[in-house]
Amino acid sequence: MASNNLTTRPSVAVHAPGGTASGVEPTDTPVMQLRDVSVYYGSYEAVRGTTMPIQQNQVTAMIGPSGCGKSTVLRALNRMNDPIPGARVSGEVSFHGQDLYARDVDPIQVRRRIGMVFQKPNPFPKSIFDNVAYGLRINGIKGRLDDHVEEALTKAALWDEVKDKLRKSALALSGGQQQRLCIARTIAVKPEVILMDEPCSALDPIATAKIEDLMFELTSDYTIVIVTHNMQQAARVSHYTAFFTAEVDDKQVRHGRLVEFSQTGKLFTNPADKRTEDYITGRFG
Amino acid sequence: MTLTNKPPTARSTLSQRGSSALGDRVFSWWTLGTGLLVLAILGLILITTVREAWPAFDAMGLRFLTERTWDPNPAAGDAIFGALSFAFGTAISSLIALLFAVPVSVGIALFLTELAPRRLRGPAVTVIDLLAAVPSVVFGLWGILVVAPAMVPVYQWLHDVFGGIPVLGSIFGPVSSGRNFMTAGLILAIMVTPIITSITREVFSTVPRADKDAALALGATRWEMIRGAVFPHSFGGVVGAVMLGLGRAMGETIAVALVIGGATNITANLFAPGNSMAAVIVQQFGESTGTFTAALIGLGVVLFAMTVLINVLAQTVVRRAEARMKGSVA
Repeated sequence: MASNNLTTRPSVAVHAPGGTASGVEPTDTPVMQLRDVSVYYGSYEAVRGTTMPIQQNQVTAMIGPSGCGKSTVLRALNRMNDPIPGARVSGEVSFHGQDLYARDVDPIQVRRRIGMVFQKPNPFPKSIFDNVAYGLRINGIKGRLDDHVEEALTKAALWDEVKDKLRKSALALSGGQQQRLCIARTIAVKPEVILMDEPCSALDPIATAKIEDLMFELTSDYTIVIVTHNMQQAARVSHYTAFFTAEVDDKQVRHGRLVEFSQTGKLFTNPADKRTEDYITGRFG
Repeated sequence: MTLTNKPPTARSTLSQRGSSALGDRVFSWWTLGTGLLVLAILGLILITTVREAWPAFDAMGLRFLTERTWDPNPAAGDAIFGALSFAFGTAISSLIALLFAVPVSVGIALFLTELAPRRLRGPAVTVIDLLAAVPSVVFGLWGILVVAPAMVPVYQWLHDVFGGIPVLGSIFGPVSSGRNFMTAGLILAIMVTPIITSITREVFSTVPRADKDAALALGATRWEMIRGAVFPHSFGGVVGAVMLGLGRAMGETIAVALVIGGATNITANLFAPGNSMAAVIVQQFGESTGTFTAALIGLGVVLFAMTVLINVLAQTVVRRAEARMKGSVA
């Protein structure tokens, strides 16, 4: 497993699909581990003391009410908070045992290995082909570009719909197609982990179902972390679930906090914490 | 539900017009009026200048555009008014200006939007905007007193180094003085940089965070992010900014008149003196009469037409690029 290579930029993808299990049985091989992670924006502590694992080739869902910091934690997993002025992370986020926030770690390498799909489909204003090829080109991936693009689009279950119009603008696609294109773009650079920040919130139910099916398929090769405000979605697609909530401390400062992390089945049927139970039964949030 | 059922009393309430309708009407007339006013002024300028210039157009015919000689007071025969030399001067000095100003402006704008620390941005923007506030005659005097003499050794060096090479040699030709196309272009570059910078900066800052995030999340470096997310998004706006800069460069009068050298000249040599249309007008208008005056106004008409033509071309380019981006063109 390529684990100590975040400081340099290899020209060829180092991809190691781990297990073969894409089933419902959760495995227990953490690929990432958060230890006491807090995220600050300036002096404001947005999320406090998060500790949880991200299991390999599994879908981990982060759920919770608005403002509970789930997206903030997600962005901390591939250093996407770095460009935000004043953003800072304390604690440890490790990836194959290596601290992602260590001084010699290159955030560009981190993002290459831990990709991200966003809430609103955000294809570049370029052709469909160029959208997928962009990541390949900047990462200097060798081999025939066409093959890589086709492979990524196929994996994202989009190839059949776009193979005849690869040179057309990506902005002409429907929202659901655009989001699958964004997933294709992400998997084209062959990351190990894919972070998804409410990937279906801008999509209709049919497009949502397609993305959910896709997530399930993708777990054979990738580890997925998804933030969702939709509890049913978390229950449907994830193996593990982390429930976050927003708390107000003694000084009246609001901050996000991880309440409970466990296997999805257990969290939804037999939650350990009263707050989790209130949330999933709809009494709060 | 039956289609014959009328909703009770809805008609009267829906057709009621409150005082808000008046505001809407006033607003729409006001905006329509101001819009039409601009068109009317443009039209009137065109009509009156063409009319005033008519004696010259009448005397010269199409030769006004194709003739390179400009001789208002010939020793014998009729005066000759050819705009070509000055149109060339306008074009070449503006092109030089863009050649230097565009990369610099885009660089400054990128620095301000993507790299500069937040507290540096405000002051930097103020300084650049101040550059736009300097009167053009000051630029002209600075050009004639400082830049022109200071650049002579540089021009000379370029001529010595490249002068012997076939094509480059004709561009970097013999230097007669510091007042030439190149100096005019350099001064213009400094004058248009603030405009291009401030508009491209606005354009770059409208690139959605989501697009930049998308590039970064794929492992893009800052430059790769700029190329992949910022530039495709800003193409139209940057072209617009360049066009505004070009418009200013082509129309600039006094600064160019002071540094361009004042010769009627078409040459590939950038270090040769020449003249531009706007500069000729300001230099000669005071001493002109009759057809001579008409010819100078004719230069204004040609300049006006050139500017409009370039803007229309640029808009076509932008529209096509944007259409391609949105997918309506394959």
